[in-house]
Amino acid sequence: MTAYVIRRIGIMLLLLLLLTLVVFVLFNLLPGDPARLYCGKVCTPDGIIAIRHKIGLDQPVIQQYWEFLRGLFVGRTFAPTSPDPIECHAPCLGYSFQRREEVLPLILRALPVTIWLALGAFVLWIAAGISLGIYAALRRGRWQDKTVTGISLIGYSLPSFFLGLLAIFFIILRFQLLPFPSYISPLENPVQFLQTMILPWIVLAILYAAFYMRLTRNQMLEVLGEDYIRTARAKGLPERKVIGKHALRAGLTPIVTAAGLDLAGLLGGAIITEAIFSLPGMGSLAIDSVLKSDLPVIVGITLVSAVFIIVANLVVDLLYAVIDPRVRLS
Amino acid sequence: MTLLQVRDLSVTFPTEDGRVQAVDKVSFSIERGRTLAVVGESGSGKSVTSQAIMGLIDRQSAEISGEILFDGHDLVCASDKELRGLRGLRMSMIFQDPLSSLHPFYRIGAQLVEAVQVHHKVSKADARVRAIDMLTKVGIPAPEKRVDDFPHQLSGGMRQRVMIAMALINDPELLIADEPTTALDVTVQAQILTLISELQDQLGMAVILITHDLGVVAEVADEVAVMYGGRVVETGGLNDVFLQPQMPYTLGLLSSVPRLTHDVAGRVDPIPGNPPSPINLPAGCVFCPRCAYSDRVSGDLCQKTRPELLEFSPGHLVRCHLDAPQRQAISASVLAQLAGGQ
Repeated sequence: MTAYVIRRIGIMLLLLLLLTLVVFVLFNLLPGDPARLYCGKVCTPDGIIAIRHKIGLDQPVIQQYWEFLRGLFVGRTFAPTSPDPIECHAPCLGYSFQRREEVLPLILRALPVTIWLALGAFVLWIAAGISLGIYAALRRGRWQDKTVTGISLIGYSLPSFFLGLLAIFFIILRFQLLPFPSYISPLENPVQFLQTMILPWIVLAILYAAFYMRLTRNQMLEVLGEDYIRTARAKGLPERKVIGKHALRAGLTPIVTAAGLDLAGLLGGAIITEAIFSLPGMGSLAIDSVLKSDLPVIVGITLVSAVFIIVANLVVDLLYAVIDPRVRLS
Repeated sequence: MTLLQVRDLSVTFPTEDGRVQAVDKVSFSIERGRTLAVVGESGSGKSVTSQAIMGLIDRQSAEISGEILFDGHDLVCASDKELRGLRGLRMSMIFQDPLSSLHPFYRIGAQLVEAVQVHHKVSKADARVRAIDMLTKVGIPAPEKRVDDFPHQLSGGMRQRVMIAMALINDPELLIADEPTTALDVTVQAQILTLISELQDQLGMAVILITHDLGVVAEVADEVAVMYGGRVVETGGLNDVFLQPQMPYTLGLLSSVPRLTHDVAGRVDPIPGNPPSPINLPAGCVFCPRCAYSDRVSGDLCQKTRPELLEFSPGHLVRCHLDAPQRQAISASVLAQLAGGQ
């Protein structure tokens, strides 16, 4: 088991290295000259050349990649020979020349908002999705099943921007049940935090809950037909234990996979939900940077999001081994 | 003393394609300490019958009628809670495929301990002692180690032994074994059957053995019930049914057993045709469409009228329109043919 974990971590590190390369190459192939963007409206050809030199764009691509990698570990300095060199501390994800700020602190400011949003929604959708899924499976084919499945289909088809706008319109504007969302850290003002987050949580959770409800229902239906469930009943176990222990444990694996990857995906930013509720998270930062063509920030966000996905993959695979002993031994 | 009496048990599943009559007025009984073999092809209703006795059929999706008297209590009318209290405690069941019947994610010890703790208020440690004890009893080597294994770490025979240990851990009065050796190697089959017989002698329990393997029946059964198309078509003591088979279907089953003594070409004599679909059972005798002797019955009695299960000799009941002398003659000629092969 230990060897397996070590091997998996090794593979993960290799993958991360490969990832930096892919991201770097990808963004180098993009049309548009960063120097031009940096230069602003009044720009001479000489000025662009000067800027290219200043931020190192005149170096060979391999040299640039090396600098980029080095920056991740030891930090780097842009335009070291100029009168105003720009320090980027390790781990340097890049420097936004438009915002005149290092990328990492920008991301670190946005990340907690996204983490709160994702975690809250995650708890909601897992609780709702799994319990409704079990409920529907137990009443398969009857009206309760059809109702839950039908509602989930609606929830699944409703775009979150539509749901979000509906929520804002009715709950905040029309009936004024909640104040207008304005993000604040839960450590500073927990009440305002909850008031701000509750709608985004629900809106985000509905979409996922619908999917998890169907996933859980199908899993449970499959597992409930298994021979070991019959054995559990033949032992005289109460139905509550047959379902909650024997069936759920066996049906959990794909749910854990999906949950891990979905949560990781969300940590990269729930773009639409964040935009609608003006939450200053990763999604909003990403949109903002795309609109401004602020490449270094986009590179940084891409890298961080990808790291979440890769780490989540590892965690999910390790959880497999915890859930299913057959994985542990093979 | 009669432990279990099944009377006119019917199980019907309403489906979109029509009503599936899986079990049709089945009656039999079994005494403490005895072994009843229920024999039949796939789809003859033998598994559904056994699951109905255990109360494992979802009553929402099936209609169950008739009587299942277990030690005087009617299980058809019993509440889920009553049935749960009996299952695993006074009656237990083992299944065909021991690998899929054991939960793949739990250690066998945990599964055994759970079986004890459902019915007895004992500590985990005590239940574990009982589990190891039981694993020893079913002949698992190094049980104190094996108890912490997962099912996939054991061989097929060992897994079935674990299933038996789990079924018998609370000293049940009735064990239903649903094709317990079908999924196992031939060499292991005999071991498992011997084990069940030994434990039956030790514990004095009644055993219902569901099988399609007549060799197994001959080895262990006291009584035999032959099922076809959801009905019992012949029942009686082992010798009655095997030495004086009366129903053409039973004769067909006996003829279709491979015999090493025959020459290779004529080794097996299968019954022509297929078992009836449980959705559209024939109106008369369920076996009529495949029966080679139905033309000896006058008129369309076989096609139109359902034969009753009638006593042929004390304890030996037959469901057939042929009259006794006709059956005797057919039986004698078929048995002579079988013996002639030697």
